[in-house]
Amino acid sequence: MSNQAVPHPSFGGPEPDSVAREQVKTAANPLLGFSGGEGADTAFRFAMLACAVGVVALLGLIVYQLVTGSQLSWHTFGWKFFGSSDWNPVEDQFGAFPFIYGTLVSSFLALAIAVPLAVGVAVFITEMCPGWLKGPLSFTTELLAAIPSVIYGLWAIFVMVPLLRIWVQPFLARTLGWTGFFSGPPYGIGMLAAGIILAIMIIPIISSISREVLTVVPQNQREAALALGATRWEMIRIGVLRNARAGIVGAIILGLGRALGETMAVTMVIGNRPEIAKSLFAPGYTMASVLANEFSEATGDVYLSALIEIGLALFFVTIVVNAMARLLVWSVTRGLPARSNA
Amino acid sequence: MPNSVRVLQISLRRRVMDRFMTALAALTVLLVLLPLGAIFAYLLYRGFGSISWAFLTQIPKPVGEAGGGMANGIVGTVLILGIASVMGVPLGIGAGIYLSEYGQNRFGDLVRFVADVMNGVPSIVIGIVAYGLVVLRQKHFSAIAGGVALAIMMVPTITRTTEQMLLLVPHALREAAYGLGVPRWRTTLSITLRTATSGVVTGIMLAFARVAGETAPLLFTAFGNQFWNLHANQPTAALSLQIFNYAISPFDEWHRQAWAGALVLIVLIVAAVSAVRIAVSRGTLAGVR
Repeated sequence: MSNQAVPHPSFGGPEPDSVAREQVKTAANPLLGFSGGEGADTAFRFAMLACAVGVVALLGLIVYQLVTGSQLSWHTFGWKFFGSSDWNPVEDQFGAFPFIYGTLVSSFLALAIAVPLAVGVAVFITEMCPGWLKGPLSFTTELLAAIPSVIYGLWAIFVMVPLLRIWVQPFLARTLGWTGFFSGPPYGIGMLAAGIILAIMIIPIISSISREVLTVVPQNQREAALALGATRWEMIRIGVLRNARAGIVGAIILGLGRALGETMAVTMVIGNRPEIAKSLFAPGYTMASVLANEFSEATGDVYLSALIEIGLALFFVTIVVNAMARLLVWSVTRGLPARSNA
Repeated sequence: MPNSVRVLQISLRRRVMDRFMTALAALTVLLVLLPLGAIFAYLLYRGFGSISWAFLTQIPKPVGEAGGGMANGIVGTVLILGIASVMGVPLGIGAGIYLSEYGQNRFGDLVRFVADVMNGVPSIVIGIVAYGLVVLRQKHFSAIAGGVALAIMMVPTITRTTEQMLLLVPHALREAAYGLGVPRWRTTLSITLRTATSGVVTGIMLAFARVAGETAPLLFTAFGNQFWNLHANQPTAALSLQIFNYAISPFDEWHRQAWAGALVLIVLIVAAVSAVRIAVSRGTLAGVR
């Protein structure tokens, strides 16, 4: 750090009792032009502490808003709210079950598609691919995470849904129709479309965190497996994946958390009908989508309160899911060189 | 020698398995890159096919009339993001400084955990909170409400990356400053934070890029607007909102505009991120590293 690189900010003058000291310091180093006196360190520390408290307070604020907002609905419907399928704003009857069902089915469908792909990508990038390909590949997969949700939705409506309607769904109906999961008219739009677009959206987060976890597996685990005569795949299975198991599960749960709360892309392709159907071709509705569609039009206090209660439930579930995932990822990556120089 | 033959067979099976899994992993990469390529290719194709000068300079025309654009949405997005950054960035950086410089304790761990968990709160839920905090009190939608929602989303990301970047600054630098008699707060601001500037800025841009395309929290905070609005206290258009509304509409003309809007949105995000990074690497902040 050289002196001339740092411009001299013009704060107020130094305190009288330290003028002489200041002059000496200033002559030696312009950095020291203003020290702020004895209280400045404490003041700065408290200001930064205030910011940190602010972060915690934000979470408190979120909880407070959701809880107070949903009181009316909670007192009107109680636990029945989550079990009832009756969503009738006209008669002020609200039950959230179809939305909970839609959220769970679409998210787990997304996980079923995304997990093998994401873990495969992570393993390929960390363990198999040639060095020059590592950077570009991880950059490109991360690029998927930078695309806004609404653009995924746009693409899904105009490209993916027609593809599903014309090719994929007729094919699935012919081959797997007997299971009952792939039957009914192929609209394109529906639970299957939501699951696929969600999968595309959560692959980057699962694969980038899995990669993080895989890279912190100690190198000597790999070397030990190879020294015992393992092939590369055996080394990955025994030396790497087994050690990283908890972290990868954490990454998957983080992906689940993202899928549960994802709103726009799902709203655009799921069909938005509060129905419970066995077939994945049928339209559905998720907790996040009903908020997106109905919140700004909610007339009546009970209606608004019921929607906020759905928001509270969604918040609660994602918090639990994320906390679980974080603890798992931390259990693998903690105590590693990341902050050895602190 | 039947024994050695068996050894050879096993090793062949294992080699095949090894090759098979490698091929499988490479296949997953292709399968993941496929939609990415498809999305970008189609976005560029439809976007460039639909964009025009009118799109960038005019406000939406009524349904049925050709032409019109999303100029108000572009300006609205910039306005909302500006409000969000003014509120979210200082708070996030402050909390990050606290975590790296003073936060090696129980409370620090709590803040870290809260920030990580908040990162996973669905954006639509943040929208509800901003609705309760701002819209319900003011009794009308506004750019400020949208800004508050996006600011809440930016804070956890900025906090955590700032912390990580500050921790990368060698402790010897801090000690050298203390040794010269520089007070701690001054060391933090002029030595630690300055050394880590490029990393901190990267974190801010990450948060920025993440919220720039957000739609869900704006639905019932900024709400959208078909006309020009520069008042932070009024319902404001945003590109992402307009893309959504146009995409789910039944009109071909609006679909076309949705693609153009999507292209503009992506270009805006990339431009903002690269402009700031260039400024950090060689512009006004040069020499900091």
